[in-house]
Amino acid sequence: MSQSLRSSIGQVTPRVDGISQVCGAAKYVDDYHMEGMFYGRTVRSQIPHGVFESLELDDAFDWSDVYVATADDLPGPNHVALICDDQPALVPIGGTIKHFAEPLAVIAAPTQEKVEAAFLHLSAKVTELIPLFDPQDSLSKKIVIHGEDNILKEIQFARGEQDIEQALAACDLVITGDYQTGAQEQMYIEPQGVVAWWQHETCFVLGSMQCPYFVHRALKELYGLDDDQVVVKQAVTGGGFGGKEEYPSILACHATLMARKVGHPVKMIYDRSEDILATTKRHPAQIRHRLGIMADGTIGAMDVDLLFDGGAYTTLSPSVLSRAVIHACGPYRCPTVNVRGRVVATNHPPHGAFRGFGAPQCTFAYARQMQKAAHKLEIEPEEFHRRNMLRVGDVTVTGQKLKESVASEKVLDAVLQQAREPRPQVPSVGNSSNVARGQGLCFYFQGSGFSGNRESVIKARLSVAAMADGTFEVRSAATDIGQGAQTIFAQLAATELGVQLSSIVICNADSSRVPDSGPTVASRTCMTVGALVQQAAQKVREELQRFAAERPLENSGLSDIAQVYCVEHGELEHFVTFEPDPKLNWDAATFSGDAYPCYGWAACLTEIAVDLDTYEVTVERLIHAIDVGQAINPMIVKGQIEGATLQALGWALCENVVYQNGQIASGRLADNVIPTFVDAPEMETLIVEEPYSSGPHGAKGVGEIPIDGPAAAIANALTDALHRSFDEVPMLPERIAELVNQVGRQGDRT
Amino acid sequence: MKIELTVNNQVHTVEANPVSRLLDVLRVELGLTGTKEGCGEGECGSCTVLMDGQPVNSCLLPVAQAMNRDVRTIESLKDNHRLHPVQDALLQFGGGQCGICTPGISLIAASLMESEPDASRERIRTLLAGNLCRCTGYQSIVDAIESALQHGESAS
Amino acid sequence: MTIYLRPTSLAEAIKMRADHPDATIFAGGTDVMNRVGQETSLAGMLDLFALDSFVGVSRHEHGIQIGAATTFYQIVRDPLVNTHLPILRDAASQIGALQIQNRGTIGGNIGNASPLGDLLPVLLALDAQVSLASTRGERQVPYCEFCTGYRRTVMEPDELIVSVSIPILSDRTFQYWRKVGTRKAQATSKVMLAGVGETTCNRVTLVRLGIGAVADRPIQLTDVEQLLLSKELDHSQVEQARTLTLRSLNPIDDLRSTADYRRWVAANLVAAFVQQLYDFSR
Repeated sequence: MSQSLRSSIGQVTPRVDGISQVCGAAKYVDDYHMEGMFYGRTVRSQIPHGVFESLELDDAFDWSDVYVATADDLPGPNHVALICDDQPALVPIGGTIKHFAEPLAVIAAPTQEKVEAAFLHLSAKVTELIPLFDPQDSLSKKIVIHGEDNILKEIQFARGEQDIEQALAACDLVITGDYQTGAQEQMYIEPQGVVAWWQHETCFVLGSMQCPYFVHRALKELYGLDDDQVVVKQAVTGGGFGGKEEYPSILACHATLMARKVGHPVKMIYDRSEDILATTKRHPAQIRHRLGIMADGTIGAMDVDLLFDGGAYTTLSPSVLSRAVIHACGPYRCPTVNVRGRVVATNHPPHGAFRGFGAPQCTFAYARQMQKAAHKLEIEPEEFHRRNMLRVGDVTVTGQKLKESVASEKVLDAVLQQAREPRPQVPSVGNSSNVARGQGLCFYFQGSGFSGNRESVIKARLSVAAMADGTFEVRSAATDIGQGAQTIFAQLAATELGVQLSSIVICNADSSRVPDSGPTVASRTCMTVGALVQQAAQKVREELQRFAAERPLENSGLSDIAQVYCVEHGELEHFVTFEPDPKLNWDAATFSGDAYPCYGWAACLTEIAVDLDTYEVTVERLIHAIDVGQAINPMIVKGQIEGATLQALGWALCENVVYQNGQIASGRLADNVIPTFVDAPEMETLIVEEPYSSGPHGAKGVGEIPIDGPAAAIANALTDALHRSFDEVPMLPERIAELVNQVGRQGDRT
Repeated sequence: MKIELTVNNQVHTVEANPVSRLLDVLRVELGLTGTKEGCGEGECGSCTVLMDGQPVNSCLLPVAQAMNRDVRTIESLKDNHRLHPVQDALLQFGGGQCGICTPGISLIAASLMESEPDASRERIRTLLAGNLCRCTGYQSIVDAIESALQHGESAS
Repeated sequence: MTIYLRPTSLAEAIKMRADHPDATIFAGGTDVMNRVGQETSLAGMLDLFALDSFVGVSRHEHGIQIGAATTFYQIVRDPLVNTHLPILRDAASQIGALQIQNRGTIGGNIGNASPLGDLLPVLLALDAQVSLASTRGERQVPYCEFCTGYRRTVMEPDELIVSVSIPILSDRTFQYWRKVGTRKAQATSKVMLAGVGETTCNRVTLVRLGIGAVADRPIQLTDVEQLLLSKELDHSQVEQARTLTLRSLNPIDDLRSTADYRRWVAANLVAAFVQQLYDFSR
């Protein structure tokens, strides 16, 4: 190398795609216009359970330039490929409607106005059936809407030498808690949307999405096409958070079906209302957690029962449950555990992926339990955590020995130390002098990457190529959805290659140009896919260096070498495929072994003020320490932590998804509030680094972990302030008022 | 009806229904897609434009009421190849993640540099309460705007 | 194609209103555009925004007059409002956010007559008068008589709101405003309380309480007013006022909040008002 470049690893580096963003030049799917484009709209069920008898078109309307597609137009199997393939792309005529807003038909017209008008001139004739909404009713099989028993997935595992009831009986104290957490809407500011078109027998989709290859697979199966007959491209995507993980597949099925019928490109962009009413939400959960502790403050046993509302179809529920079950006991040593999780079918719209993916629900439950335990033992919560936390060398509840990268003590120390610093300026609490204050701590963890063996199964693959102009292109299916994937990959590739950041090009996630490196989910993009980027870049560098050594190019920069190479040989591309770590072993049948390659560790401390006139909560302080292994880009890491933290605070304090007869009560953004600039506290973010040896430069995941803990910290703080037990999410002022005025359920005063 | 609009210092004549949303006229008739639609109900602020220097939601503005007014969209902020100080600050502080809220926020921040250059962090938050961001938690955006206000034209 | 009507004077406006009963009134348009959505099949658009005759805050012998098309932003910044009507400024500054405040108008707030209209409880507390005009002439309506039901008013179909007049209060008058919403900013209201009070030798000589979001229209808490008026003010009335409010209100459960919450919070705010009036008069 002719000059040593300062590596950008660990440096604040502006986003490589930042300039187009701040100029308004970034093109999101709705910014694309194609010649002759039609506009599509989904016709949806207005009942939660019933039979779709027929579609009625008003004769008085001019249908001459409007196209209508139903399930009859599908050339192949009517399902949206995912885990269980039980979800139809469109309910067939005569078929069963299983949730409000279920797609029945698609229409398209040459203008947005026409399709909106057409939409008002058709209706579905249905026969209603009694709906099922309460997961408890699903369990008791009041009505059966799925399989024999309404159970979409059940996972149960146990560990320890004793039977769980014996183990609990042997404990000095058993704390039993019942917890409920509500749904949550991802509320990405850019609604879902795709544009679809066909060229001969090849199907094209451009859209707002996290997983182009999920869409690719769904379309291949729907139309019986080969790999190269489906092209799926990600447009710049305005947020996803899991909400655009599996959902875009069904939207793509609709738009492509319409495009096939119309013979023109079809654009389908959801308005906010349709997005809120029809797309997936975080799984509502009911958790019964029994915690057995000994007089010396150590945990003796845990028995956890999880009941998740999966909604009408399987979608990703088995994966959500898998993560939930593994996290249900928290970051603690515990000799005897029993965890049973069930996700059941109801006639709610299907619930799906949302950052955290089962972990926030479980973290809420166990963190409240640990708080109650500390209170009962009359010790400080942090003391309780220290006595029981997993440390290096300890074994988790699935029997995984933690050999490295455990920052449990560090994150706790970090928040407590920061708490001793003066806090940033605090906003005033209304104009009330009637205020109660409290403090709450949550100590927690999250597995990085896919649970269990999934990474081995999908065999992620990507490549790095040296190009004729001296730039290097990273080709992977990872999508930047705001989390900075492009920038991180550019930094990793540039560092590995020893070139300027500006020499790296990140190829757009386009199935015709990149291999399948797996979905952008599970906090795997930096740790797992990033490591593959490094490996591929390394191969490219080594080959170019070998090439240079045989010529008088030894002292040239790699970009120059690449240009010479390409003149002689054309583009140089190296592929890598994920190889599972032979040291990791997971037994899916018994749910035992190495559940994750590594874990991230976290602690969240909050100070709140409750206005006792209005029961509103002001977060006066929010300290959050997250162990990320190594912060490749501290600015991006901080952004991930702060964004996830506020989503958790919203879930805890103001976001309220209200179902009425199986439908979300309002599709308006004004009625489904998320936090504003004023609701957000000044956050104190502490990046802790406990490197993971197999992560790129030691990096682990960061995208999800920060959303898991703050709700429990808030609940603990409210409990501290008001001496009532807060065991539900959300903790709206209405609920706080009920508890303060001692109406409703009597709470345990911890 | 024929409607004459001045957008980014250029005069345009469009044929539109007077009740058509300014947002649609900007995006579709004039091809200025930097202004975004996030909700269509005046809640998220991603459709924010400046009208006579004041931020308004273009999804709630009938285009007839934009006649004889000076409309500015995000496309007007950059001065040829030089970023506006707020754009530069947002880049340096990581104030944009998915970027969909960034145009609206950039415009309001730019107008603050004229109207309230001494705004405190709390005041910045209040003035931007009509712009929702789901990605950042707002912290880095407040940091960026505070910095841009403090440094004025010579930001970073 | 929607007919566009843009009057340039009050006289022209009321004539256009009479001649085009199908036309929809647009002031700032923030409510109308939400209700109308993208329905470009409106018969007509009567544009009153920024019409000189309808805009501005001025002082006249009976008080302060505010033109119907005065925006919330203009109200927040107006020196007369800031000096004499701080609760009107506070309420206006908490409507929506900056973008809405640049467009929403006091006339629109009054005309919509929503129980959630943020300025409306303030108009009750300040004893405002609404000036209406039509081709048949002008009339003044006390705001406390203006609303007749859910989104219903005494306005005739051909009338326009021209302005609002508010008597000037002395600086010995205590003014109170609190809005409780679905979040801390840009929020739909759950409870709003506006109050004015004055004491002379510790006796309450003036008290008006306007409350919103707890009934089908903004209402005056006349029971509590009667409890306090002409009485000597002391601590015991804080609790009495709280209890009376709890008893006299009958809000509903709805999408945004519960009847219990609204009742408890309204009662707490009324108690806070009485406490603060007591402190103020010392």
